[in-house]
Formats: sequence, C-alpha cells, structure tokens
Amino acid sequence: MEEKKEFWRWKEYNWHDENKDWKEASIVTAGVDVGSVSSQAVIMADGELYAFSNMRTGSSSPDSAQKAIDWAMENTSLTLDNIRFTVGTGYGRVNVPFAKKAITEIACHARGGNYMYGPTIRTILDMGGQDCKAIHCDERGKVTNFLMNDKCAAGTGRGMEVFADLLSIPIEQIGEMSLSVEKEPEPVSSTCVVFAKSEAMGLLRSGWDKNTVLAAYCSAMAHRIVTLLERIGVEEDFAITGGIAKNVGVVKRLEKEIGIKILEPKYDTQIAGALGAALFAKTLVEKGKG
Amino acid sequence: MIANYGYKDGSGEFFIIIDTDKCDGCGRCVEACKWGVMLVGEDDHDPFREEPVAKVSDEQRKKIKYSCAQCKPESDRPPLPCMEACEPDAISHSW
Repeated sequence: MEEKKEFWRWKEYNWHDENKDWKEASIVTAGVDVGSVSSQAVIMADGELYAFSNMRTGSSSPDSAQKAIDWAMENTSLTLDNIRFTVGTGYGRVNVPFAKKAITEIACHARGGNYMYGPTIRTILDMGGQDCKAIHCDERGKVTNFLMNDKCAAGTGRGMEVFADLLSIPIEQIGEMSLSVEKEPEPVSSTCVVFAKSEAMGLLRSGWDKNTVLAAYCSAMAHRIVTLLERIGVEEDFAITGGIAKNVGVVKRLEKEIGIKILEPKYDTQIAGALGAALFAKTLVEKGKG
Repeated sequence: MIANYGYKDGSGEFFIIIDTDKCDGCGRCVEACKWGVMLVGEDDHDPFREEPVAKVSDEQRKKIKYSCAQCKPESDRPPLPCMEACEPDAISHSW
C-alpha cells in the first residue's frame, strides 16, 4: 500500500545566531509558547533574538515545552541553568515546568509584535492553530484592546490543515496555488470547517479544479476574519502573526478586503508569542521580580 | 485596556466588554452576577498591573450567550445586574 503523505505537515526547524555569543550577554531569558498545534521556544541574549525552535505540539504540554527549549539550545552550549528566567505562554502555558511565570498569549503577541514590527505597530492579528486573536497595542507593545475567538475553527491553522489533507496539497503551497486562479471564485458559503469541507467535496465533484477550491476557501477564511476584526477595528500599522500569516492566499485576500496594507514579516511569524514571553522575562528580571 | 470576552459564531456575536482602565476591581459585579460569569483577579493580559481587575471566567467565556440569557428576557428587559452594580461604568454587553 502506498504510504499516506502528511500534507498538513509544515516545516519544523531550529535556528541560532552564529555571529553572537550568549556568554557575552549579561542576561539570557527564554519564552516558550505551547500552542494547540505548534510550540516555539525563543532565547534572547540581552533582549536580542539569539535562538529559537518551531515544532509541532505533542500530546503532552510539559514534554513539548522541554523538547522546544532543548531544540532551541541545540549547538549553542546553553543549558537551562544559563537561562535566568523563562516565561510560558500559549494554550499550554501553565504546563511549562521550567517557566517561572505564565503570561497569556494576548499580552505576549502584542509584545512580540512590537519587537518584530517596531513601535508603530497598532494592530496584530494572531491566526493560530486553533484560535484567532485580534489585538491593539500601544507604542510599547502594551495591549489596549483585544478579542479572541476560540469557539470555532474557521479561520485557524487547523482548518487549513484539514483542507491540505482533503485536497492532497502540501499546506505550504496552498497560498500560492490559491492565487494562481484566473478568476476569483465566490467564497465557500460555510465558514464552519466541517461544512466547508463537505462543500469543497461537492465543488470538486462538480468539476472545479483544486486551485479554484483553494481560492474559494482562502477567500472564505479571509472574509470570516474581517467580520471578526470589525468588532475592534484595524489601525495601522497592521501585521499578522501565527501560522496562517505564511499563507499568502489568505493574507492577500484579507489585505484586499480591508484595504489596509499588511506589513511584510521580518521574522518567522510563528515565534511572536514566544518572543514576547522572552521579552517579558527580561523585564521581570529587571523589575526585580525574577 | 478594552477586554472583549466572548465569541462570535453562526448564531451571533456575544461579548462582554470590560474597560480595565475604568475598573477598580471592587468586585461588586461578581456579587451581582448570580450565574458566576464575572470574576475579579490578576489582569491576565497585563502582567505589570498590580491592582485586581474584573474579567469573565474561562469556564464561562464560551457560553455567555446562555448564562447571560437568564438576565436578558425578550421583553421588558431590566437593567443588567452586572452593569448596574458597576459604579465606574466599566462593563458593557455587545448583544
């Protein structure tokens, strides 16, 4: 039997800055974001990004947290003892055994977004694995308004994974492929992932090609997010964090629908939460709370 | 900070909105809410805020449509106890 390919699987990797030596830093802090689908660990030396890992969350939050931090420290000669303070965030934040404090992902994404995009960032949309958060923040990355939707999988990474599997298309290619259509189709009418999936099956049977079905789904996802954003509004500068930020099919359609430019990411958008957590860790030490 | 607790689904938009800059953490809303929707505690989204703040419990966040319905009859809607109890006027509902 042919081996079943895992189309939903995205790239897991680790990175560290080879031009930096953490031993020269006066303080090393870490942030670990255990999300519903992915986990990241970020290590910062004196408040500058030094190393990170980005991987899938396993069935156990403590194990995922440990694996993420171990992978981020790989080939850096760092051990947990060298890390002064770790903050846990994300859905599994209270289950990060080596973290001294847990901070919500809303606060962490605002802070991380502020580092990634600079002090002019005002709206951050975190499109995560299983939820979606719209956050406004001030020039210091402090949350001024937020809303979270985690009651419905429409507009989340998990929804996109379902589609990757359904159409046998690697998840990282969905965005580009959905943009290759000559004529933009009507969005699928259902925002519910389960119903959107059955609708997509019907469209395929009626002769639509895969790219057009993907376009219809990406477009429905973008539309769904716009209706959610309406509640708090969008102020520029605007950026998206989380896994869906890597899907140009959703990002471009969202940009078009709201008519506001979405900033180009300079870092991996999935590390925003862990990055914010590591920055909070540094501030907590400086405030004498670590 | 404006904190929107709740959700949006196929049946509508259900959010309890708390202005944490107005909230003084007095806890009268907690006493006023018979259904255990309101809670006072640490500000989860501002790690540096020292004072307690009102929030919607995690347990209730995804079912406020049903919990709050008990204070929201179709006709002759009386003022909501949580909003009435709040002197600084920090609580509002989206529906």
